[in-house]
Amino acid sequence: MIGPTPSQTVGPYFTMKLSNNNVLIGPAVEGEPIRIEGRVFDGDGAFVEDALVEIWQADAAGEYAVSAGAGTAKFTGFGRAESDPTTGTYWFETIKPGRVPDPEGELQAPHVSVIVQARGMLRPVFTRLYFSDEMEANDADLILRMVPPERRSTLLASVARVEDRKVYQFDVRLQGDEETVFFDF
Amino acid sequence: MTTDLSDHPPFRYPDYRSTIKRSPDMKMIEIIRTLTEETGPGPIVADLSSEDADLTTNAGTGAAAIGERIIVTGKVLDTYGGPLPKTLIEIWQANASGRYTHWRETEFPAPLDPNFLGAGQCLTDDEGIYRFTTIKPGPYPWGNHANAWRPSHIHLSLLGPRVRSRLVTQMYFEGDPLLALDPIFNAVPEHSRSRMVARYDHQVTVPNWALGWRWDIVLEG
Repeated sequence: MIGPTPSQTVGPYFTMKLSNNNVLIGPAVEGEPIRIEGRVFDGDGAFVEDALVEIWQADAAGEYAVSAGAGTAKFTGFGRAESDPTTGTYWFETIKPGRVPDPEGELQAPHVSVIVQARGMLRPVFTRLYFSDEMEANDADLILRMVPPERRSTLLASVARVEDRKVYQFDVRLQGDEETVFFDF
Repeated sequence: MTTDLSDHPPFRYPDYRSTIKRSPDMKMIEIIRTLTEETGPGPIVADLSSEDADLTTNAGTGAAAIGERIIVTGKVLDTYGGPLPKTLIEIWQANASGRYTHWRETEFPAPLDPNFLGAGQCLTDDEGIYRFTTIKPGPYPWGNHANAWRPSHIHLSLLGPRVRSRLVTQMYFEGDPLLALDPIFNAVPEHSRSRMVARYDHQVTVPNWALGWRWDIVLEG
C-alpha cells in the first residue's frame, strides 16, 4: 500500500474550473424529474456562500452509469453545483433515483450520495440524501438504520413546494445542534 | 474497508481560521459499502471529457501567457500502486503575479494577465500518466493572519472510480520557503505533507522551452 495524496481545501476560487454542472436531465432521460435545492450552514447558522456540492446517484432503474460505453449514457448520475454567493442556495435538476440493491440483496431506499466542500474545509464530507416521502423504504434501509434514530431527519429531503415537479429541500449543517450525519466508508 | 484518515488534515485546524466554524463536531458514522459507495463518477465523467492541458495558450487570445513556463507531469495511482488510466484532472491556479481570474475582490494589487485564464484539465493515459503545461503560479497574500502568504500552488480536482476516491488537493513546489509558514499546508500530518510537493525533474525539462516538475497523485477508494 502507498499513502494517499492528502486532501486540501477547495478554497474560494474553485468556480474558475469547478462550476455548475447541475442539470442532469434531458429529453432522453427516463424517470420522474425533480429539483433538489438547499443551503450549507456553518456552526453559527450562517449560510456558506462558497460551497461546492456534488451528487452521485442511480438512474430511475436503480443503476449507476459506471461506464458510458463510448460515452453514450444519457444519464451520468453526477452533478456539481456551487452555492449562490448572495443567497447560499445550490440546486440540481435531476430525476428521482431508483432503488439500488444492498449487499444483503435487499433494496435500499432511493438516495443520492452527496459530497460537500468549501473554503475552510480541509476535507470533504460525505453524506446521503433520502426522500421524506419514502418513509416505508427509509425505515427498512440498511444504511439509514446504522444512523441513530434521532439524527436520521438530518438526511431527509422534504418537499418544499411543487412547481411543474417536486422541489426537495436538503440543507447541510456542518456543525451545531442539527449537524448533518456524515459518513465514513 | 475503512480508510485511515490520518494521512489527511483534520477538519478543524484553528491556525487556518475558516475551519473553526466549518468543521463537524460529531463523529463520522461508519457504514458498509453498497453499490453506491463501490461506484463513482470518475469513469463516466472522464469518458465525456477532453483535454485542455496547455494553460499558457488556452485563453484563446492568440498570445501566450506571461510568466515562467512549466510542465507538470506524473502518474495517478491507486493505493496499491496501480495506474489509474483515463482519469480526469481539473486544475485552477493564480497567474505568475499571484492573481486569480475570478470575480471575487482582492486587495492584492497584482496584475491580471489577459492571456491567462488559469484553468484547464487533462486526462491520464493507459499508464496513468498525465501532463500539462502552465505558468508557475505566484504566491499571494491572504487574510488569515498578519502578513500571511500562500505558497505557490496549483489546485487540482479528481473524481476517481469510487465516491471515496474524490480528491481535491493543492500541489506545491519543492524548496518554497513559504511552505513552512502556511497553515493550510501544515494542517496535513507531517509524514504525508511531502506527498503534496512536486520535485524539480531535469528529465522533464524541455530544452529552450519549459522547466519540468514531477508529481504523482494517489487516490483512495
